[in-house]
Amino acid sequence: MTDLAGPVGGRAKTSFINDPKVRSIGLQLIALVVVVFLGWSFAENARDNLAAQKIATGFGFLDNTSGFGINQTLIPYSETSTYGRAFFVGLLNTILVAVVGIILATIIGFLVGIGRLSKNFVVRTISTVYVEVLRNLPPLFQILFWYLAVLSAMPSPRQSISLFGEVFISNRGIILPRPLFGEGAGIVVWAIGLAVLLVILFRHWSASRQEETGRRLPVLWINLGLLIGLPLVAMIVTGFPISFETPELKGFNFVGGVQVIPEFVALTVALATYTAAFIAENVRSGIQSVSHGQSEAAHSLGLRNGQTLRLVIIPQAMRVIIPPLTSQYLNLTKNSSLAVGIGYPDLVAVFAGTALNQTGQAIEIIAITMGVYLLLSIITATIMNAYNRRVALVER
Amino acid sequence: MLRFRMPSAACELPFLSLVPLALAADTSAPIRMKKAAIMKRLLSTFALAGAMGLCAFGAQAATKLEQVKSKGFVQCGVSQGLPGFSNPNDKGEWSGLDVEFCRAVAAAIFGDPTKVKFTPLSAKDRFTALQSGDIDVLSRNTTWTITRDTSLGLNFTGVTYYDGQGFMIRKDKKVNSALELSGASVCTQTGTTTEQNLADFFRANNMTYEVIAFATNDEVVKAYDAGRCDVLTTDRSGLAGERLKLTNPDDHIVLPEIISKEPLGPVVAHGDDQWFDIVKWVLNAQLIAEELGVTSQNVDEQVKSATNPEIKRLVGTEGKYGEGLGLGNDWGYLIIKNVGNYGEMYDRTVGPDTPLKLSRGLNALWNKGGIQYGMPIR
Amino acid sequence: MSMTFDDGTFIRNEMAPALPPPTQRIGAVAWMRENLFSGVLNTTLTVLGILLVAWVVPPFIRFMFLDAVWTGENREACLGPQVGACWPFIHAKFGQLIYGFYPIAERWRVDIVFAAGVLLLVPLLVPSLPFKRLTSFLFFVVYPVVAFVLLTGGNIDASAFLLERFGLIGSFVGDAAIGGINLVFWVDYVLTALLAIVAMGGLIALLGGSGRSAALSTFWVFLALGLVIFAWDVDVGLEYVETRQWGGLLVTLVIAVTGIVASLPLGIVLALGRRSQMPIVRLLSVIFIEFWRGVPLITVLFFATYMLPLFLPQGANPDALLRALVGVALFSAAYMAEVVRGGLQAIPKGQYEGAMAMGLTWSQMMRLIILPQALTLVIPGIVNSFISLFKDTTLVLIVSIFDFLGQLRASFTDPNWATPVTLYTGFAFAGVVYFLFCFGMSRYSLFVERRLNTSHRH
Repeated sequence: MTDLAGPVGGRAKTSFINDPKVRSIGLQLIALVVVVFLGWSFAENARDNLAAQKIATGFGFLDNTSGFGINQTLIPYSETSTYGRAFFVGLLNTILVAVVGIILATIIGFLVGIGRLSKNFVVRTISTVYVEVLRNLPPLFQILFWYLAVLSAMPSPRQSISLFGEVFISNRGIILPRPLFGEGAGIVVWAIGLAVLLVILFRHWSASRQEETGRRLPVLWINLGLLIGLPLVAMIVTGFPISFETPELKGFNFVGGVQVIPEFVALTVALATYTAAFIAENVRSGIQSVSHGQSEAAHSLGLRNGQTLRLVIIPQAMRVIIPPLTSQYLNLTKNSSLAVGIGYPDLVAVFAGTALNQTGQAIEIIAITMGVYLLLSIITATIMNAYNRRVALVER
Repeated sequence: MLRFRMPSAACELPFLSLVPLALAADTSAPIRMKKAAIMKRLLSTFALAGAMGLCAFGAQAATKLEQVKSKGFVQCGVSQGLPGFSNPNDKGEWSGLDVEFCRAVAAAIFGDPTKVKFTPLSAKDRFTALQSGDIDVLSRNTTWTITRDTSLGLNFTGVTYYDGQGFMIRKDKKVNSALELSGASVCTQTGTTTEQNLADFFRANNMTYEVIAFATNDEVVKAYDAGRCDVLTTDRSGLAGERLKLTNPDDHIVLPEIISKEPLGPVVAHGDDQWFDIVKWVLNAQLIAEELGVTSQNVDEQVKSATNPEIKRLVGTEGKYGEGLGLGNDWGYLIIKNVGNYGEMYDRTVGPDTPLKLSRGLNALWNKGGIQYGMPIR
Repeated sequence: MSMTFDDGTFIRNEMAPALPPPTQRIGAVAWMRENLFSGVLNTTLTVLGILLVAWVVPPFIRFMFLDAVWTGENREACLGPQVGACWPFIHAKFGQLIYGFYPIAERWRVDIVFAAGVLLLVPLLVPSLPFKRLTSFLFFVVYPVVAFVLLTGGNIDASAFLLERFGLIGSFVGDAAIGGINLVFWVDYVLTALLAIVAMGGLIALLGGSGRSAALSTFWVFLALGLVIFAWDVDVGLEYVETRQWGGLLVTLVIAVTGIVASLPLGIVLALGRRSQMPIVRLLSVIFIEFWRGVPLITVLFFATYMLPLFLPQGANPDALLRALVGVALFSAAYMAEVVRGGLQAIPKGQYEGAMAMGLTWSQMMRLIILPQALTLVIPGIVNSFISLFKDTTLVLIVSIFDFLGQLRASFTDPNWATPVTLYTGFAFAGVVYFLFCFGMSRYSLFVERRLNTSHRH
């Protein structure tokens, strides 16, 4: 009979702080209080410090004149523009490096990753050495190497290497001819857009046709024809409205044309080759995760090596490759901030560097910069997750 | 008793001992503790965090001079490497105008120019280092501006070098004036007034340019040397120093235009006027000495035989001017004996016979066409 | 009995010797046919590959060894038309590359720290050596304290503890100090500790818990903290070397090792927080982890350099290296948390249930059952984080701290060594150093991984 009273007596004896619920609420309250207290004291200190150092607060500075120049601007910008505009210039430069770098890194990474599994001894060894060397050197080291070592081997503008008299390579970067759009150029642009649209539609149609009839159309050739032919026809009809402005050496530098600055080249090449080494490893493990029976089955169906890889192995390997690929893309985007080491005007160099030093508004500027990277991370992750969902294995 | 055997591999592998540390800084036997474990640990962890947060390590209040005397050396903030002003050699020995000035301060206090230690500082770190008392004097090619003098809690003690922003260019570009620089690529350091002066200059003269801005000075020099840009801009003294870092210094010239005023001088922190006075008067004594022709070579003789009362006051054989500074009356003698007058210091570090080859220009004495002017010792 | 037949037919009575296999199928030629020249594409690739090797390797070897200059005093030695690497440049700068501006007379202290680190790491990393607990205690607890004293010189100015803040003690003890030890501080410390112990014990007892054990663990915390402060406070007679004079490989290693040692406990706490049942704790952990993982390290360093001082009370100016260390520790803690979480998720649920069934408290379960297994599983992950942290230390040069790469770059601008090959020599040397460190660590991580794999298969 005393046993029945046990639980009741036990509960009375146990302190309420041993009650898991009370504990959990207590712990969370304490954690919350600590975080709030830390935040509050940081805010207090920051207020005092800013007042003592006579630093302005708020985001009003974004409308002030920046007073400094930037050497690569995708949108119009001059010294009389505002800090807000400088921010967008830097942001666009960051995005440019990230996008070009990601595309390059993916191509190199897949080639090297497949190369690491090649039967060809030479290809395999070169791929392995590539991965091991590039993975094990700090990215900033590689960027500095590409920038300083390769740049100092380049000729000056006067002795620049000229390709067909149109493209010039020197220590000022790569100068390309600039397209000039005359009257009727709009039609050509529309024609290109239409060609792209048709190509996409045609791909869909031919794929479904192949599923129904089993016959393959020469998709590649038809598409190429569309892509080149339509704009060409448009050009002929409108009388070649697009001409190219050839860069010319005048005074110190080339005038005219599009200048690809060496900082951009060095940063993009270094980041792409560095990230490619990691992507190659992801690709390799992805391919290795596909059972060998798959390629045997593909071969016995009469598929060639290339077809096996493209139609059977890679689609299955993608499922394993995509998640780590996402984080590699994010890493590349974040590593683009190393631009500040070589003077490429990315977001960090322009905004968290120059603008911060001139205004002293560290809190606002660093918060904005970090916020942007967080946002970029979230966007990249969302896109890749959506893709991941598409290629993921749908199980019963 | 309950006893768990951990997987044996786990015991052998590193990082394990951290686990108890991470959960609570607690070394008592695990099984004994049954009650209130989480709550208690959490509280004690907070006590630890709180103690760490509040436990501060600061210096005791005393006058700067007393502190310097008791530690036995002057802590002097210098640059991370600028030839002619403050630059370490392969063995880490410092030399340059800013460095010599620190030696002069040490000589005035201790009679020994070696009783000084150098702290290499970045442009951003220099003022906080002074404000926090990490260094006693900042002698790091620092431009005297009203903002720095008034709102950063600093005092500029004088001007050791009158400077201005200029341009350096390759000789083979055949440019003789900065006004011919339209269309040029310019390398500069980011976050300095240099960048804004540059923009102002080109805009005022209706010229176009391409700016390539780097975070540190070394990068600027390296990029210019690699031919990335046509022109390098910074203070003219800096240009003379940076020129030496180039592969072929003789291939480059400094253009005559000066586009800004940059008076460089030593800085001390607010709040100790005696220390401010000492640093200020060390420079003045060196200027006076040059004006009076007192050098490290002849100072011993001057002590014995000088008749000029100004010289006698300087070397301490007449009057008690050191007392006001809290130093010995031979303070002037010690500076000049150990380091020399301003002219000697200048000639040794940046003058025409040094690799920098900087002529005196504005930095000549007031009676020799310059604007360097020592306040009278009286 | 003869086996011959009269009709002239012949039956061989011993086996014919086996013919050698066709040369097309074995041997070097066949291997090459199979592996290198099995098709048009493959042949092209092979030829291109060999050309690439021929284009890269011989010039590399010529530069590094054959054409290299090995002796010399200054740039004169390395000026010439066909000069390879300028090794005397590295020799002249070697001290600065390793120690930065650390005073030459005091460099033996750095050497001791390096040597002690290696001596402790070897028994820690080689699985077959005994005394893992002892060495890990030495490495993770004693070594950092001793290294701090050796590198900075110790003898910090411990001037005020909690009570002194309220002006309670200073008046009656004065300013006395013995051997660099400030008496006021220690009186203050002991009194604060006593008060805290009594208060903690009382509070927990009041709430119905065991006041005794609460007081006891508070005592241990204060004792441990006191020992550390004492070690730093006592004047051991070493000259003070401020962190601004540190540089080179010393700074690289200090940042990497401090980053990893500090991030491990923080990462474990965060990982446990992220897997916790408590929504607020979980949310806070997730926010913390995802925030730091979402931003580049360079913005974290900018944050630590420019923003952190604003958040601290006026007059508190932690030095530049310390600020960078805080940034690096927070950053790597977030990554470490994800590594540890991976390990926690790999532990079968049965382990948790078994532990709970045994009546272990949550902390006992974690400390004795879950974490030892989880951490063992993620050692390769931890080493990989260390490798990326090691590579990331180069970023501190952007906030004007001269690590190995920063010191190297500064040495490029020395006019005494300005030659066309200086740059390439420096990059070659730094490349080899970074590669050896990172490659070595990645091999170790693979070795541990393989070892773990076999132990799982038994």
